[in-house]
Amino acid sequence: MSALQAGTETPRPGWITLFYKEILRFWKVAFQTIAAPILTSLLYLLIFSHVLEGRVSVYDGRVSYTSFLVPGLVMMSVLQNAFANSSSSIIQSKVTGNLIFVLLPPLSALDLFAAYILGAMVRGLVVGVGVFAVTLAFAPALLAMPHPLWALAFVIFGSAILAMLGLLAGIWADKFDQLAAFQNFIVVPLTFLSGVFYSIHSLPAFWQGLSHLNPFFYMIDGFRYGFFGVSDVSPAVSLGIVAAAALVLASLTLGLLGRGWKLRS
Amino acid sequence: MTPAVEVTGVARRFGAVQALSGIDLTVECGEFFGLLGPNGAGKTTLISIIAGLTRADRGTARVLGHDVITDFRAARRSLGVVPQELVFDPFFSVRETLEFQAGYFGLRRQSAWIDEILHHLDLTSKANANMRSLSGGMKRRVLVGQALVHKPPVIVLDEPTAGVDVELRQSLWQFIRKLNRDGHTIILTTHYLEEAETLCSRIAMLKAGRVVALDSTHNLLSRIPGITCRIAAARLPASWQPRVVREERGVFHVALESYAELETLLAAMRAEGIAIDELAIEETDLEQVFLKIMRAEAEA
Repeated sequence: MSALQAGTETPRPGWITLFYKEILRFWKVAFQTIAAPILTSLLYLLIFSHVLEGRVSVYDGRVSYTSFLVPGLVMMSVLQNAFANSSSSIIQSKVTGNLIFVLLPPLSALDLFAAYILGAMVRGLVVGVGVFAVTLAFAPALLAMPHPLWALAFVIFGSAILAMLGLLAGIWADKFDQLAAFQNFIVVPLTFLSGVFYSIHSLPAFWQGLSHLNPFFYMIDGFRYGFFGVSDVSPAVSLGIVAAAALVLASLTLGLLGRGWKLRS
Repeated sequence: MTPAVEVTGVARRFGAVQALSGIDLTVECGEFFGLLGPNGAGKTTLISIIAGLTRADRGTARVLGHDVITDFRAARRSLGVVPQELVFDPFFSVRETLEFQAGYFGLRRQSAWIDEILHHLDLTSKANANMRSLSGGMKRRVLVGQALVHKPPVIVLDEPTAGVDVELRQSLWQFIRKLNRDGHTIILTTHYLEEAETLCSRIAMLKAGRVVALDSTHNLLSRIPGITCRIAAARLPASWQPRVVREERGVFHVALESYAELETLLAAMRAEGIAIDELAIEETDLEQVFLKIMRAEAEA
C-alpha cells in the first residue's frame, strides 16, 4: 500500500460535508428533534384554540383565533429549533471534545458559519413545515396565502437569526447549564412574548411599546402578514429590522469564529 | 529541501504558566521524530500550535513551508493529527466518522482508501458499528484513521498507544512504520520511551517549555557510555552511590563504564559483606538518558 497514492480524489468544499453532517445529526434522532416539537405545537393549538376561539378578537375580527395562532406556532417552532440545533451541536462537540475534528481541517470561519447556520436553518424549516402540515387541518384557509414571498423572507431571516444566536450561545457556554439558562431565560421568553398567542393590539399601551423592543415580534408579525395580508407593523419595517439584526449577528458571529473565540486557545 | 515542520521562536503563556519559551525545532521530510518530555513540558501545546488549535504568543510554525496561520489551508491539508484525548462523535458509525473527516478536507468517494485504513487498523468488522460501542483501543485506532484519511504527508501522533493493549500496539506501530517507509513524516510523543527508542531516528526532549536535548537517538544513547548493572541488595557501598542512576524498592541501577568495572563493584560489595539477591546487566536505554537529562535540568 502507498498511502500517498491510494484512493481517488474528487474535490468538494469541506463545509458541504459539515453541513450534511449537521443535517444527519438531527435526522438520526428525528423523534426528539422533529416529531417532538411538532407534537408540542399541535398540543398548543388544541388547548389554546379550544379555550380562546370565539373569545379573542384578532385583527378586528377579520381572522379567527385558530387561523391567527397557526402561523405564530409555525414561526415559533422554526425559531426555537434553529436555535436548538446550532447550540446543541456546538456545545456537545465542545463538551465531548470532538470539536477538534472540525478545527483540524482547513475550514475557514466562513465555512464553519455556513455549515452550522444552514444546518440549523434546515432543521427549523423542516419542523416549521411539519407544524404547518399537522395544524393545517384546523385552519385550511391558510393555504391561500396572499403574500407567500413575505412569509418566506421572514422565515429565512428568522431561522438564520436564531441559528446564529444558537451558535454564539453554544460557543459561549462551557456547560449545558449555561446553555439551558440562555435558552430558558432569553430565547423562550422573547418567543412567548412576541405575539405568538396574541395580537399586540390587544395589550395595554405600555406592553405594546415594550413588545416593539422585542426583535422576535417583528419576525412573527411579518410572517403572519404573508398569511393574512394584515399585520401590527408594516412588513417592510419589520423586514428591515429583521434583516439589520441578521446582518449585525452575522458580522459578530463571523468575527468571533475568525478569532477562534473559545474554540482555539 | 523544505522541512516537514519548522518551528521558530515559538512561545506561549497560559496565565501564570509559561508553557513554551521560544522553541526552535526543525523536522525534516521522511523523519520518524520523537518529542519527549514529562507531563507539562509543553509537548501538546507545541503540537496544538503546529495544528492551528492554539495560537503562539510569538514565533512562527510552518508545515511543509506553509505558515499555520497565514496559509492555514495548505498547512492543515499537509498535517494529520492523532489527538491525545480519546474523543469521538457518538452519533455516527466508524465509516461515517472517516467519511466525514475526509469530506472536511474536501475529499469524497474515498471508499477504497477508507476500506484500506479500516483493514490496516483491524477495524473492518466494526465499520458500521456506532462509535459508542467500541472499546477504548478501537476508538484510539479510529482516531489514527481520522488523522490518515486525507493522506497527509506529515503525521503527528500525540501519545497514540495510551490505553492500547500490547498486541494492538504492535500492529499499530507496524502500520505507522509502513507509512514512514512510504514517505510520511512521523512526529511522535509518547511516555513509552522504549517505543521512542525503537522507532525514532531523532528525538527532542522538552522540559518546562524549553528544548533541553535535540539529537539523533544514537547520539542520545551514547551520552551514558557503558552498561547498567541492576543489583537487588540491602544497600550499596557508599563509594558507589554516585553511580546509581535509579533506585526502586531495593533495586539499584548502577552505571558502569565497562564490563571490567563490574568486578570492582562486586569486590567492594564482598568486602563490606553485602549480599546480592539478584544481578542483571543492561545496555543503556533511552529511559536512563531521559532521566539523566531531566535531573540535570532540574539541578541547573
